[in-house]
Amino acid sequence: MESAQDLLKVVFAGHVDHGKSSVIGRLLYDTRSLPQGAVDKVKRIARETGKAFEFAYLLDALEEEQKQGITIDSTRLQFRTKKRGYVIIDAPGHKEFLKNMVSGAADAESAFLVIDAARGVEEQSTRHACMLSLLGIRQICVLVNKMDLIDYDEARFLAIKADMDAFFASLGLTACDTVPLSALRGENILRPSPRLPWHAGKTLVQALDSLSPAGSAENAVLRLPVQDVYKFDERRIIAGRIESGRLRAGDGIVIHPGGKRTRVASLESWPPRGRKDEASAGESVGITLDDEFFNQRGEVISHSGAPPLITGRFQASIFWLGKNPLRPRQAYRLKIATQSAQAVIDEILRVIDSSSLAAGERTEEVRPNEVAKVVITTKQPVVIDLFSECRAMGRFVLLDGRDVAGGGIVTADFGAEARESGFAHGGLKVRCELFEEYYYSLEEHEIRKRRPVTPLYTVGDAVPLSGGSFSYPEFFDVIALRDQAAVKIREGRVSAVLPLAEYAYAGLPLVNGRGFALRVSSSAEWRACLRDYSLISSVGDEAAFSSRWLLFEKYRRIPVAAADRVI
Amino acid sequence: MLHLDVLEAQSVYILREAYKLLGKLGMLWSIGKDSTVMLWLAKKAFFGHCPFPLIHVDTGYKIPEMIAYRDKLAAELGLDLIVHSNSAALAAGMGPEAGRLACCRALKTDALQQVVKKYSFDGLLVGVRRDEEGSRSKERVFSERNAADEWDYAHQAPEFWSQFKTDFPRGHHIRVHPLLHWNEIDIWRYIAREEIPIIGLYFSRDGERYRSLGCTPCTGRVRSEAATLDEIIAELESTGVSERAGRAQDQEDPHAMQKLRKAGYM
Ligand SMILES: Nc1nc2c(ncn2[C@@H]2O[C@H](COP(=O)(O)OP(=O)(O)O)[C@@H](O)[C@H]2O)c(=O)[nH]1
Ligand SMILES: [Mg+2]
Repeated sequence: MESAQDLLKVVFAGHVDHGKSSVIGRLLYDTRSLPQGAVDKVKRIARETGKAFEFAYLLDALEEEQKQGITIDSTRLQFRTKKRGYVIIDAPGHKEFLKNMVSGAADAESAFLVIDAARGVEEQSTRHACMLSLLGIRQICVLVNKMDLIDYDEARFLAIKADMDAFFASLGLTACDTVPLSALRGENILRPSPRLPWHAGKTLVQALDSLSPAGSAENAVLRLPVQDVYKFDERRIIAGRIESGRLRAGDGIVIHPGGKRTRVASLESWPPRGRKDEASAGESVGITLDDEFFNQRGEVISHSGAPPLITGRFQASIFWLGKNPLRPRQAYRLKIATQSAQAVIDEILRVIDSSSLAAGERTEEVRPNEVAKVVITTKQPVVIDLFSECRAMGRFVLLDGRDVAGGGIVTADFGAEARESGFAHGGLKVRCELFEEYYYSLEEHEIRKRRPVTPLYTVGDAVPLSGGSFSYPEFFDVIALRDQAAVKIREGRVSAVLPLAEYAYAGLPLVNGRGFALRVSSSAEWRACLRDYSLISSVGDEAAFSSRWLLFEKYRRIPVAAADRVI
Repeated sequence: MLHLDVLEAQSVYILREAYKLLGKLGMLWSIGKDSTVMLWLAKKAFFGHCPFPLIHVDTGYKIPEMIAYRDKLAAELGLDLIVHSNSAALAAGMGPEAGRLACCRALKTDALQQVVKKYSFDGLLVGVRRDEEGSRSKERVFSERNAADEWDYAHQAPEFWSQFKTDFPRGHHIRVHPLLHWNEIDIWRYIAREEIPIIGLYFSRDGERYRSLGCTPCTGRVRSEAATLDEIIAELESTGVSERAGRAQDQEDPHAMQKLRKAGYM
């Protein structure tokens, strides 16, 4: 059965009033895709409100939309041509509703950009094209609507085509077709129009039918983000949606970021008669494993050959839809597949006006509707892919407060060396935040900290003994309890990096991995401190341990700083 | 993937997100085809279990067969079912004579609000579809309702890449719409494919059948000879009549549904 195949999703974007809703309304009307009631209802409303019948009202269902004659929120409708079925998404063109446009367009496979022939390319025409390309939509056709207003003039049509072609070229795209039409008069919708004899190209329906469906992610590498773990009965089921690749019972898998390895014991399903032992991209599955580890939402399952990236710092292209500007050093929540992490924009590399693609001078904030290249740091490492490698694992949203306020795609990862700060020697690596800068932010009236990019120090390296908010003695020992390691600093240089088990207390000052002094001044205190640490089994214990054994003020202080001129 | 498999996988994903990320959940079950499909999808999502209660808002005017079917199925499947009516309004004589919109408001919207408050639900799973009528086509999958149950459709948060809104102030709740992307005909094809038991009122008797189920006074039957699933699917493939044509409250005002839904209607 033809209709068993999935439908192609196409979004109609473009500047407000250029005729997106009208083109769709006309398309549905001419292909008789609307239920009888829908057309009658719109005719009745037009009669009752004394307005002319508008094809757009078939889509703009909200009362405010019809009164103001604009689309506020995206609508989806299904319709069929002889060739196949479509989901048509009508997006609002008003700048104020860009967030609704993005919500509607984000999962489309292709887009039609509608341009008013009389007005030509306007601000949202190009802004939408830019957004569509950031959303990963590479297949974009241009519809030059309202040809009736310019007497079906070929030269003006070609001028608009040239403008858009140039803009697409700067995005690294080419329009798949440029189609002249009139929604109002129904020209070049289903059939070629005698008023456009010079147009040898496609009709609207032909342009739709020549789109190709997005390539399936089935044959790519396996990525299964864990959504939840269920124990409703004797089975312990790990649930999630396969974002790319294929999974079979018996497959050897790796669970990231922990790196645990095991095998898939079974694929579970209900009702039991539907049981399978293989699933692929797009399917929501449940699996059981050979080994019962502690698993949780946010982990990502892959095969062992092609692991994802695990990183706490990466470069991304983002679009910002929030009410407030996006600022560096401010905390946002980042969500990527089923992971959620606290994130900070480390640096804004470049802000781009999404309607002109002009790069601005300003790098202190990203304003609503702007696009930017940024560096993001997450509090815990996240499991990601470059967007170019795996779409679902390479795109994320940013929340400001409770709402999604922006989205982005991962464009580059930073090598493991550059983002780890601490000490390394032989096979041993010790993560430390000894050189983090604390400051009191005058703008937020809060204590904040900044983590400068420092190298991995090794034996023989000199370390910065003093900074804006710290000052260490020339001789001391770093005790990294988390990594169970110690680092000896002598005359301001690293003299040894060793496992804690091999470390002997030498009466020198002790500092933990964050640069807080340990209240230890004798061997007896050192043993007591280690014993207390080994007894920690809850967050409450950890707090008690910290207040008993740690002293912030000994080597650190909190200077006051304006956020934009941090120390 | 086949179209129905894509729809199913997306619904299952939504149900699992709601279960994981929202607090206390309830699922509205109207006994109709859509919410029965939603119940089936929940059992798929949770491997034969339904880890939240079903809620039936009983207006007291429902077609009697619906109530009989509800109680039978609930007993058979061992469902955790909450039945709630706005008994104060019913006692005060509320009914369609008071005006259809007023009646819907009291017996459905207000009743629903009462049940949300009574059980302090954080999330309600509701089986509405975008293709049902205009204002539903503007919905988000996770759609916030404020303390007065109102839908602020002009200022909805962005929703894309399957990242849903799950954080909201106390007293608000989230309506989750796992079937938003389904069409009427998809529902029937899925019922046929999965052999989902469905109430008999949808099948033609004496040349008429229900296409949408509601309250006796306001729900009409449509002319139809479709007495089997295959016949219903064939009928929908060729019909020009809209699904809610038999629902009287939609005809009161061109934007009746939008107004009802803004105030908290399902
Ligand atoms: N002359 C003419 N007007 C049109 C055509 N298509 C749409 N319009 C008008 O342009 C206005 C805006 O249309 P609408 O579809 O709401 O634009 P949208 O904001 O892009 O969805 C309406 O008044 C339409 O009647 C066309 O082909 N020719
Ligand atoms: Mg519009």
